[in-house]
Amino acid sequence: MAGPDRDCLSWFEASARQRLDALLDAGTFREAIGPAERRMSPHLPLFDLPCAFDDGIVVGSGALDGRTVFVAAQEGRFMGGAFGEVHGGKLVGMLRAAVEAKPEAVLLLFDTGGVRLQEANAGETAIAETMRAITEARAAGVPVIGLIGGRAGCYGGGGLIAGTCSRLAVSEGGRISVSGPEVIETNKGAEEFDSRDRALVWRTMGGKHRRLIGGADAFCDDTVAAFRAAALDLIGRAPAFDLAMLEAEQARLRARIDRFGDCRDATEIWARLGVNDPEAVPAMDTRAFEETVARVEEARHDAR
Amino acid sequence: MESLTFRHTTQKPLSGTKAQAITGVVASGNLEILLERVLPPDAFEIAIETPIAGYGQVWEAVVADFVARAQPGGVRISINDGGARPDTVSLRLLQGARLLEA
Repeated sequence: MAGPDRDCLSWFEASARQRLDALLDAGTFREAIGPAERRMSPHLPLFDLPCAFDDGIVVGSGALDGRTVFVAAQEGRFMGGAFGEVHGGKLVGMLRAAVEAKPEAVLLLFDTGGVRLQEANAGETAIAETMRAITEARAAGVPVIGLIGGRAGCYGGGGLIAGTCSRLAVSEGGRISVSGPEVIETNKGAEEFDSRDRALVWRTMGGKHRRLIGGADAFCDDTVAAFRAAALDLIGRAPAFDLAMLEAEQARLRARIDRFGDCRDATEIWARLGVNDPEAVPAMDTRAFEETVARVEEARHDAR
Repeated sequence: MESLTFRHTTQKPLSGTKAQAITGVVASGNLEILLERVLPPDAFEIAIETPIAGYGQVWEAVVADFVARAQPGGVRISINDGGARPDTVSLRLLQGARLLEA
């Protein structure tokens, strides 16, 4: 994706490969276990389903403004970006390599609905191994930055993994949660959560809500340039990874439940946070929203 | 899954020197195409994996049209199909050839 529109490429619309190509310094990306190696899912053919040459994830290394970074990008359009055995193995392998190589950061470009149901045991294992590998990378001093703005959002085990990252950047279109809208509706009924109410979905799980309560650390426009700037900023202010930090994070999460546990809608939470006109938040442009965020104390939380 | 393989002899090699390219995504109505410059300059081979069985003749016609237009000598193409229509396949093949020529 060379050319003048590289920077304004929509993150939401771009493929995993296009995102990486435009995010990193031109020509610096080196892929590990690329498509020509054909490391494909051993499970999908059993279900008569087509495989992808890269199993829906692109991993490797490159430069971000001259700094060495390790990267992984999920392809949200292949099986909803879901974690399978090979997909997870590539991600975990990259994170473990980062512990050894100590790049300046690891960037995780999430775009996932969670575990691939056709290989659920392998996928669940991959989620657990990924979370462990992230904590090991962070303990080794390598910040792990999550970038979330894809069409599949960041759901299921992906939402859990996001919770273990050093910092998260999210766009309006990005959503972060564990159970997705349809899952909640199926289990608890449409009265509890109407998955077809898109406004409800976005204000409950969308980027603005996550940013306001401090679950995400940066809010970006839907462009590769915005995510690039956010990634560089977040690498520079990644938190420490020690017991004091984890205990503080736990205390903040407990305080969040105490303060907002009885709210019935995200707008009630925003009102309690001190947002003057909560109903106006979904329609705010990035600049107006940033000004609102600047007045909210909780947005500076380290707790996911 | 149905596996199809077609081989052609071309009049000339595909221009350019890029060794490999990939385009498209395995999604409903879409497909991914991996192109590798690994064959003798006058040879072309394409291997297709598709979950939609029974369309061998359509694939054969689309591939023959692509070979006639692009003359992709030296290239081996591998396809993971997600149920793409023939026009989509045709466009992706030409797009892939263009990427390899770049």
